[in-house]
Amino acid sequence: MLKLNKAKIKRMETTAFQKIHTKIDQITKATCTLHASGIGNEEMALVNDRLAQVVKIEGDLVTLQIFSGTEGIPTNAEVVFLGHAPQLAVSDELSGRFFNAYGQPIDGGPEVDGNMVEIGGPSVNPVRRKQPSELIATGIAGIDLNNTLVTGQKIPFFADPDQPYNQVMAMVALRAKADKIILGGMGITNDDYLFFKNVFENAGAIDRIISFVNTTENPPVERLLVPDMALTAAEYFAAEKNQSVLVLLTDMTLYADALSIVSNRMDQIPSKDSMPGSLYSDLAKLYEKAVQFPEGGSITIIAVTTLSGGDITHAIPDNTGYITEGQLFLRKDTDIGKVIIDPFRSLSRLKQLVIGKKTREDHPQVMNTAIRLYADAANAKTKIENGFDLTDYDKRTMSFAKEYSEKLLAIDINIEIDTMIDTAWKLFNKYFSPAETGIKAELVEKYGKQNTENT
Amino acid sequence: MATTGKVSGIIANLVIVKVDGPVSQNEICYINHVGVKLMAEVIRIGSKNAYIQVFESTRGLKTGSGVEFTGHMLEATLGPGILSKNFDGLQHDLDKMDGIFLQKGDYTHPLEVDKLWSFKPLAKIGDEVEAGSWLGEVTENWIPHKIMVPFAFTGDFKVKEINAVGEYKIYDTIAVLEDKNGQEHKVSMVQRWPVKIPIRTFKEKPRPFDFLETGIRVIDSLNPIVEGGTGFIPGPFGTGKTVLQHALMKQAEADMIVVAACGERANEVVEIFAEFPKLDDPRTGRKLMERTTIIANTSNMPVAAREASVYTAMTIAEYYRSMGLKILLLADSTSRWAQALREMSNRMEELPGPDAFPMDLPAIISNFYARAGFVYLTNGKTGSVTFIGTVSPAGGNLKEPVTEATKKAARCFYSLSQNRADSKRYPAIDAVDSYSKYLEYPEFIEFVEKTVAPNWVDNILKAKNILIRGREAYEQINILGDDGVPINYHEIFWKSEIIDFVILQQDAFDKIDASTPIERQKYMMEKVLALADTHFEFENFEEVNPYFKRIINVFKQMNYSEFQSEKFKKFESELQDIVKEKAVVEVEQS
Repeated sequence: MLKLNKAKIKRMETTAFQKIHTKIDQITKATCTLHASGIGNEEMALVNDRLAQVVKIEGDLVTLQIFSGTEGIPTNAEVVFLGHAPQLAVSDELSGRFFNAYGQPIDGGPEVDGNMVEIGGPSVNPVRRKQPSELIATGIAGIDLNNTLVTGQKIPFFADPDQPYNQVMAMVALRAKADKIILGGMGITNDDYLFFKNVFENAGAIDRIISFVNTTENPPVERLLVPDMALTAAEYFAAEKNQSVLVLLTDMTLYADALSIVSNRMDQIPSKDSMPGSLYSDLAKLYEKAVQFPEGGSITIIAVTTLSGGDITHAIPDNTGYITEGQLFLRKDTDIGKVIIDPFRSLSRLKQLVIGKKTREDHPQVMNTAIRLYADAANAKTKIENGFDLTDYDKRTMSFAKEYSEKLLAIDINIEIDTMIDTAWKLFNKYFSPAETGIKAELVEKYGKQNTENT
Repeated sequence: MATTGKVSGIIANLVIVKVDGPVSQNEICYINHVGVKLMAEVIRIGSKNAYIQVFESTRGLKTGSGVEFTGHMLEATLGPGILSKNFDGLQHDLDKMDGIFLQKGDYTHPLEVDKLWSFKPLAKIGDEVEAGSWLGEVTENWIPHKIMVPFAFTGDFKVKEINAVGEYKIYDTIAVLEDKNGQEHKVSMVQRWPVKIPIRTFKEKPRPFDFLETGIRVIDSLNPIVEGGTGFIPGPFGTGKTVLQHALMKQAEADMIVVAACGERANEVVEIFAEFPKLDDPRTGRKLMERTTIIANTSNMPVAAREASVYTAMTIAEYYRSMGLKILLLADSTSRWAQALREMSNRMEELPGPDAFPMDLPAIISNFYARAGFVYLTNGKTGSVTFIGTVSPAGGNLKEPVTEATKKAARCFYSLSQNRADSKRYPAIDAVDSYSKYLEYPEFIEFVEKTVAPNWVDNILKAKNILIRGREAYEQINILGDDGVPINYHEIFWKSEIIDFVILQQDAFDKIDASTPIERQKYMMEKVLALADTHFEFENFEEVNPYFKRIINVFKQMNYSEFQSEKFKKFESELQDIVKEKAVVEVEQS
């Protein structure tokens, strides 16, 4: 249970006059209701020093959601309304620090001195946005070649819980050359939290990192504040300091689970998979904070949505997929015994803005052709499973697929984009005739011919 | 005296207001929130209470705040200056707003109040007119924008005064009309109309018949849509709904495109903002943005305004239709609109229908689709609103309520397939599962026989049949094995693959392939069908696959070349040579 230190409470009491209520009418698992007047919607309050937020007002009956739960709350608890929505102090002092879901330091350091900003602020006017156009190079060909990322994009990893998504995400973050990396950890284990901390420290990147963490040891509903905290900090650096900010959100499935807990306790009618009917809007409000500002700053969001048994039709990944600009799938390729970025199910919607423009002109066709041939190999595999003979072409696609997987799809690749494209050409030339690849004749002439196995 | 009230309850964006006078359902009101006015709409009325949905975040709102009712429903402001504007869901001009972030209560005027327009009268003094009659026109971008008798005027009027040619501002009086009782009514270039009510100032709405060219082969050549028709595109995420919609916006043969970006990604709208001012409209030679109006209520904008946005867009489309123009209205995505309805219905604690959607969802959807159509105006001219909506089925399941309800309302069904998208066969429209009801309309068949080709519809049906047979052959091959079926199964399958690769698949990012004029589509279709009629002879099944791959490769090179150019013809003759290698009977190639 979270207790606030007195100094913090003092600082949160922004107005001089503070009425203390001591009569609660009704208490449920997550909420309490009391008579109070002049209260604003979504205003924060303290109930016996526990943080709470106004979720409903009916006449003078105010319902508060207590983030850490109502266990042990008496009907005569002290309720103090704070006169504002949840806030975060923003300044350059945030850099290198670790905070909890309320934006309070958990690294033993001092409070951050800065402007108090309400989290979950207004949306960017769409006509003021700039079209994202800066490529984010990660060195991983499964991403750079097939699913190129762009600043201002929002994209999740769809992964089963046993996959190394946090490792891949940390690797992407460190290679991405962002000015700031902001980690929003929701319901992550303490081990994972320490993993991130170590990786960032070892990379010497700690000054660029800001973390807001709610671990499995904390109450689940507190998680709901984490992404807004992280994104509010991101907006400060991107909009006011014109920096490129990368926000990592893991695990959004646990965030959505917390939403469903709240909506259930508020007696809302659940829609698909027991999720609240507003799940799409709730998730969109967060993901849409990804933006390229006209002044040069940007917010890029890379998230993790864990799946249960790879099921992407579940409401959480499904709604996420409709909001985000693509998704990255990890898969273990048994042929090469490594984890790869699945080329079929992964997609970066914004790649069209940079491939063939910021990268070599043959990039788009080479990418598509390789994936198509990889799909042919998958069909050939099905043939084997069904006990049929393979044609010569089938055999060649299968050899191609194995090498493609090893040299380009595996997540342990770290090469330049031009090298990735050249590697693909080499594989085409090794296994196929130009008619079989179907690439535009001019491109074969210009780029394909020189990339034989021996060059 | 306008009705006023006081806020007495707040549940997210549903606000309960104690009122002191009469209020009507769907009436617009403004909440006074610390000096900022928040727009809201009445969605339910209790004894003394009005339940209103606020088109803004209600954070910080307190009980006791004053509310003013306006006495009218949500209205669109209609007049010259709508073209190439970017509006929010309530038709506020996004470009006029200050700052990078949207501020609560920043309500900007949709039109340019001080801009001068060159007005030319069309009606004369003494003319008998009625709602929707053309009084005059101004040139807006390149469209002759008609100034009409306001749609809200009922009965017959006589033109008493009309301005001469000259420069006027939108709110200047341009005509005075006299009704049957001798009362005078001033008319300016601006009128207002409640968005949830269809504009019905046309004479007749026949069954649509006029082919609407989109340049997208899988639509035009297999599942054509008509001017004034309706269609919908359901598809799981990642199957290319948005790319397809953008292609329609760029290429479709329409005078004006109205886009309702309804609860979708902001970056997709930004793409339009960024690209359309640069892209040329091949029909007018002007920039695409000049024929486009965008209603942007992206997914992070207030949810109640999302519901309004599709109605605002439809009303604007109907307004321009009354000027005798061809409008294409695209809404991406209608599922987000349905979800907005669900959120409010849930907050009002209505009994839910399937998947917690409101019970009347199918009725709301079909009423909306019914507003599209081809019309004869009272002056004999024609106009049309063609509506294509996308649907984002939850979990990719086409049995969910929004898809089901839309299927009953829309006449064309463009089914995006996950399998096709996975194997990068774009556009991922499944030509066999998709349908166009217009192919059954005798009016349509007659029309395309005259304008496109006498055998156009026959060719479509033939191509579909080849695709179906190819699919069957493929299944057999998969069950029995490559050598377990007669060789001609492979041939049947590969002939369907030719249609797939040459007609269905289209590279939306290639300059030439992105848009195919109907002449070229016709040519390629004839070529592909002639090939399908050709009999080939193969020694064994292993020959079939590489042979047809060569054919497909040359066909694709043709698709990438300028129509009838040297290069195109070179590939064409290369194709002839390949066909000759294995063809049994020489078939004449047109």
